[in-house]
Amino acid sequence: MYQVGNLVKELSDRHGRERESLMPILQDIVQKHNYLTDEAMVEVARELDISAAEVYGTASFYTFLDTQVKGKYVIRVCKTITCSMKGKSDIIHTLEDMLKIKVGETTADKQFSLIETNCIGWCHKAPAILINEMPYTELTPEKVTEIIKNYMQK
Amino acid sequence: MENKGLNKVDLIFEKIDSKEVLMKAFKMSSAEIIQSILDSGLKGRGGAGFPTGLKWKYTAAEKDPVKYIVCNADEGEPGTFKDREILDRVSNKVHGGMAIAGRAIGAKKGIVYLRGEYRYLLPKLMPELDSFHKMIKEIGYDFNIEYCMGSGAYICGEESALFESVEGKRGEPRNKPPYPTVSGVFNKPTSINNVETLVTTMMIINHGAQNFIQYGTKDSRGSKVFSISGDTPTPGIFELELGMTVQQFVNEFGDGDTKAVQVGGASGFCVPRKKFTETIIGFEGTPTGGSMKLFNSSRSMYNVLHNYLDFFTEESCGQCTPCRVGCQQLLKGVEKVKKGEAKSTYLTELMKLADSMKIAAKCGLGQSVGNAFKSIVGNFREEIIY
Repeated sequence: MYQVGNLVKELSDRHGRERESLMPILQDIVQKHNYLTDEAMVEVARELDISAAEVYGTASFYTFLDTQVKGKYVIRVCKTITCSMKGKSDIIHTLEDMLKIKVGETTADKQFSLIETNCIGWCHKAPAILINEMPYTELTPEKVTEIIKNYMQK
Repeated sequence: MENKGLNKVDLIFEKIDSKEVLMKAFKMSSAEIIQSILDSGLKGRGGAGFPTGLKWKYTAAEKDPVKYIVCNADEGEPGTFKDREILDRVSNKVHGGMAIAGRAIGAKKGIVYLRGEYRYLLPKLMPELDSFHKMIKEIGYDFNIEYCMGSGAYICGEESALFESVEGKRGEPRNKPPYPTVSGVFNKPTSINNVETLVTTMMIINHGAQNFIQYGTKDSRGSKVFSISGDTPTPGIFELELGMTVQQFVNEFGDGDTKAVQVGGASGFCVPRKKFTETIIGFEGTPTGGSMKLFNSSRSMYNVLHNYLDFFTEESCGQCTPCRVGCQQLLKGVEKVKKGEAKSTYLTELMKLADSMKIAAKCGLGQSVGNAFKSIVGNFREEIIY
């Protein structure tokens, strides 16, 4: 759980307080804090003068606007057909073993979340994952182990 | 039927002097630009294939002083990654195409809706957009582009869902009519075009419509960028002249053991080996937004179908019943048949359901689930059952 503080106000000053400002504001909160708390969504609703249900309704529609606790690094493993054919399962097993969590879970230290996602547009370099916004492609269990080790040291 | 075989083309990624092309475009009137796009026969490169010239003509005819040109960069179709590559390598041509479209329809504002999965491109795109704005100011033309980010919803590639998303709402498709040309984003007349379409329009202005129609066939003019993946020794992005057969395509990109090609992604059609020679890739045969997935004989088409249905079940916005329930039932249905919990004749019932979805679903997502379903079940029935 994080404190929203002045963030929502700052973001509203930057993006405006119109309805179309909602997505950029929510996206920026997620960029900074990895997910949206109820408090953050209520604060956004107040700032934009719309109902909190509208904010939640919008946020919950989009898979990248998480409303559940997420770690600092959200690992999204592509599960669509080409990645699936080219060894997605091995990548998942490797990540589950390394992080000691299952798909859909977040590590106890809130550093990593592991989820599956639909096509991320790297089929020619499958299997692929996103860690927050960065794509990593043509993965092997060895390669993904190295990548995660680097993130662990950050 | 004409068949030109497989020819590689270099139009989309060709290096050009954007400023020069834009100066040429700005000397032309709106009607002249639209006429030259109409003459080129260009059809939208996102997959649906609506004639671009007509879209611009209808939007130009609207009287509203505020209009928009929207670039659809919400490339979510499984197996498509060309728009990412285009934005990465030649964003100046995407922005340029938008300015030309703006001139044609009378819009001063452009919006690029970029999928959240491509956010990593922004640090490169923003400075490129700045130099574009500077350049266009030098020419003395008033046009401004903004980027809007998606947040991981396939359905937002549907034009009216995209508008809802830009407006800060849930990405649920609207009823049509009114069409975007009359009432699009912020309820203003809008021309929404795919990334590649916009680049192509710029190249048509550069080279002239007459040169463009040298490529392709009567129904599918020009060339297009294909995203090639699956069981192929050469996965990647290739720009090819339209009008080749699947067989010619497989000869070039297959691994010698290709049993099926999924043309047009999860919402496209599965072409089995026996139909390779008779199927033309284009609007006279099987159209594609660029996604070409090859499957060899080691692959189970049940897994392919299951993966697609799982995809649609998750990505359906849930707004209309035919799509929300239909996707779930198709998925459950094939699982039941596979496990032997339902008779194989149940597949015939599911085929009817897919037909109903085509008629009754509100938008292109639900309407096209049946494409993959029927073509895979129809051609690989045994693999689905046993």
